[in-house]
Amino acid sequence: MTKRRKYRGVLILLAAFHCLILFAGFFAPYDFATQNRDVPFAPPTGLHFVDAQGNFHARPFIYGLKSNPGHPMTLVAEQGEKYPLRFFVQGSRYKLAGLFNVNLHFFGVEGPAPVFLMGSDGYGRDQFSRFLYGGQISLLAGLLAAFLSVSLGIVLGAVSGFYGGWIDAALMRGGELFLALPWLYLLFAVRASMPLHIAAGQVFLLLIAVIGLIGWARPARLIRGVVLSAKERNFVLAAKGFGASDGYVLCRHVMPQTYGVALTQMTLLIPQYVLAEVTLSFLGVGVGEPMPSWGTLLAALQQYYVLSSYWWMFLPALILVPLFLAYYAVADAFQERLKPATL
Amino acid sequence: MANVPLRRYWIALAASLLCLCLLAPAVHSQTDEERMVTDSVPGRPGGRLVLALKSEPKTLNPVLAQDAPSRDVIRCLTADLIHINRASQKTEPAIAKSWTVSRDGLQYTLHLRHGLHFSDGQPVDADDVVFSFHVYLDEKIDSPQRDLLVVGGKPITVQKVDSYTVRFEMAQPYAAAERLFDGIAILPRHLLEGAYRSGGFSAAWNLSTPPSQFAGLGPFRLKEYVPGQHIVLERNPYYWKQDRSGNRLPYLNEIVFLFVSSEDAQVIRFQAGDADILSRFGAEDYQVLEKQETAKHYHLDDLGAGLEYNFLFFNLNDLAAKNLPEVARKQAWFEDVGFRQAVSEAIDRDSIVRLVYDGRATPLWTQVTPGNRLWIDPNIPHAPRSLSHSRELLKSVGFSWKSDGSLVDARGSAVEFSILSSSSNAQRMKIATLIQDDLTQLGMNVHVVSLDFHSMVDRLLTTYDYEAAVMGLVSGDADPTSEMNVWMSNGDTHLWHPNQSKPATPWEAEMDRLMQQQLVTLDYAKRKKLYDRVQEIVVQELPVICLVSPNILVGASDRVGNFQPAILDPYTLWNIDELYIR
Repeated sequence: MTKRRKYRGVLILLAAFHCLILFAGFFAPYDFATQNRDVPFAPPTGLHFVDAQGNFHARPFIYGLKSNPGHPMTLVAEQGEKYPLRFFVQGSRYKLAGLFNVNLHFFGVEGPAPVFLMGSDGYGRDQFSRFLYGGQISLLAGLLAAFLSVSLGIVLGAVSGFYGGWIDAALMRGGELFLALPWLYLLFAVRASMPLHIAAGQVFLLLIAVIGLIGWARPARLIRGVVLSAKERNFVLAAKGFGASDGYVLCRHVMPQTYGVALTQMTLLIPQYVLAEVTLSFLGVGVGEPMPSWGTLLAALQQYYVLSSYWWMFLPALILVPLFLAYYAVADAFQERLKPATL
Repeated sequence: MANVPLRRYWIALAASLLCLCLLAPAVHSQTDEERMVTDSVPGRPGGRLVLALKSEPKTLNPVLAQDAPSRDVIRCLTADLIHINRASQKTEPAIAKSWTVSRDGLQYTLHLRHGLHFSDGQPVDADDVVFSFHVYLDEKIDSPQRDLLVVGGKPITVQKVDSYTVRFEMAQPYAAAERLFDGIAILPRHLLEGAYRSGGFSAAWNLSTPPSQFAGLGPFRLKEYVPGQHIVLERNPYYWKQDRSGNRLPYLNEIVFLFVSSEDAQVIRFQAGDADILSRFGAEDYQVLEKQETAKHYHLDDLGAGLEYNFLFFNLNDLAAKNLPEVARKQAWFEDVGFRQAVSEAIDRDSIVRLVYDGRATPLWTQVTPGNRLWIDPNIPHAPRSLSHSRELLKSVGFSWKSDGSLVDARGSAVEFSILSSSSNAQRMKIATLIQDDLTQLGMNVHVVSLDFHSMVDRLLTTYDYEAAVMGLVSGDADPTSEMNVWMSNGDTHLWHPNQSKPATPWEAEMDRLMQQQLVTLDYAKRKKLYDRVQEIVVQELPVICLVSPNILVGASDRVGNFQPAILDPYTLWNIDELYIR
């Protein structure tokens, strides 16, 4: 029971996180492409309740930014004018969940001081807003690619396991070919030969297609294994003996036994594919500027000066750790719950 | 004719150096050796200097070397007849102590220093010089420097007059003739002639050749090469320079080149004190290194603008023979100088300087950077940044805006194009991203596309399948002759429309004429006027939209004496014979 409660907590956490990403436009105070060229690499804005005089304010406020004396290229908070944080403010226009045109934001600050909860990047763009918008690309890529490769895996794995013989051999050897493919270089080559002016959306679809299509072999092998053992079970043999068609046996008796494995695989693959997208964008084959993705956010860390001077550029990476742990916890839960029920 | 006084100056200088050599008591013991006397502060002999190379040299053969690491090492091992002083950007005598030029400017007679020896102790004479130039000019050897020695379509000819005099002849007068000799190493005939005659020259002096088989006229000679680890050079006891107190140069006993693959790793090794000199690093790293300047006992130098210029350009190639309808359609915009001007005026160069280079760069409007003191023309006017004027310009050449603010051309199609940049160059990627944002404010829909360097060059110079690109070029020398390939319409690096059979536009024809003329004009003032006009055309016609020139940033450990970095390559090691350890 306590275990269940724990998993419920993890599920709620994951759901909340996905909501945040889905409604990125609402929760992000700025547009992902807005450059504040006066404040590159600004540190995370501190939210204050107590001012310099020691007075308490119920509404949090922030300070403006000034260049650090002695270090002209770094910024620090200027303890002077206070800018209160406001909720439900009007700001840049965006599409809520990709559907409605609105300009309402969850929070924002009036006046010239920018609020950068996770600092700003080299162009003075808000890292927090970019992280939320970037999640839309990265998480969706992970979800869709995982769905694609698990679906392919189910179909090909089931056919392969159920019919056996030369179909099985052909499909499984084909799968091994996919496993052995140096797909990263393949992707580089594909990108180099593509027309230059393909839009960010098309690049995104290409990413999903490549990641998803290449990954079917592993789930297919697992599904095949389950199908192989399932089709020898007595009730399946009985159904066959009563003259059930292949299609009927597959759908009615065999496939239901694979769903647990498929679902577990899927939850395991999502973080893996999110990471794959991150890797690709990190290497410069992902979505182009100014579109953010988690990979492009982290790509800035390739440079030594960012690595050594601006610690807040690590924040996106740190947030990904609990997210992926949550996914793995859910995968564990699925495995535990679904295994005894099916086998 | 301004070159004549310059030449006289050098002759006078060489003569006075000669007198000095004869008078200085320290030299009397060296009887007939005509050494060159440098005027730097005398240093302390001994010690070793550790340097980082980006990769292992591919060869130690000066005639064949192409890559920067090879050339860095070879520069320490060899010497040339006439040398470009990296600090003054002018030529100075080296192995040749003086030279005269015939009245028509076609004949150069060079007088070699007497009594010099290669680093293995063998004497040097005119035969070595003639042999060296034969090798460099041999088409079968295919030296990357051969092109420089072809003037007016014909290779220069070399002739021995006597043991210490050599005569060079060219087919047409050549303004920068003295500068040709820089970097042409004088080779030891006694070691290399056998390999050359037997056709084995291409394999000679590779990395597996034992050190005893090498000899040169440079300040150092090869001591040891350990693959994957380092190259060690030792002091050449026969070097032909001395300081003003009569000590033979160089001061250092040893130079160690470590192989450190990335720029970041080089910065870290320098910061840790593993390397004594950091030659040319990115502006972002300056502030990282600056923090520990005193604690770690090194100092950084910002030398100001170098010769590198970064620019944006559009595809102006003739695409009739290529199947690229989409690019060809967009060329209607790119070919309009009003469009290019609007783009140039919309770009916030100051932001590029600040955000990409941390303020350590100079905004540019022509290809000549402020670092090029002899050729810059500060009087060329340029339009200031103005989005409103950009909009007016676009309107005047038929563009308009839709209600959502997007720019459309006269036929109503949206202005959308991509800017190509090399993924290995983070700074240029950043420049492209800033330009993208600037142009978005004009209603243009711009994509930034990063490709690996080779795919990018393939598109720029072979397939022409691109729309616009951000690139940078570094002139090898301050003289405009090194830029012939860029500005001549038939040049390989005439990037926006390379290898034209005849100039496509009147202004390219004028540029061709001016560049040709400056090549054969000997008078500096007249040449300057011609090249100023080329710069003017670049600003008016904007075949390339010049953006920014990064500063040359270098660092050295406080132990290194006589450290005098310059903005010409090799930025820090050009006076390695004078460097010493305190």
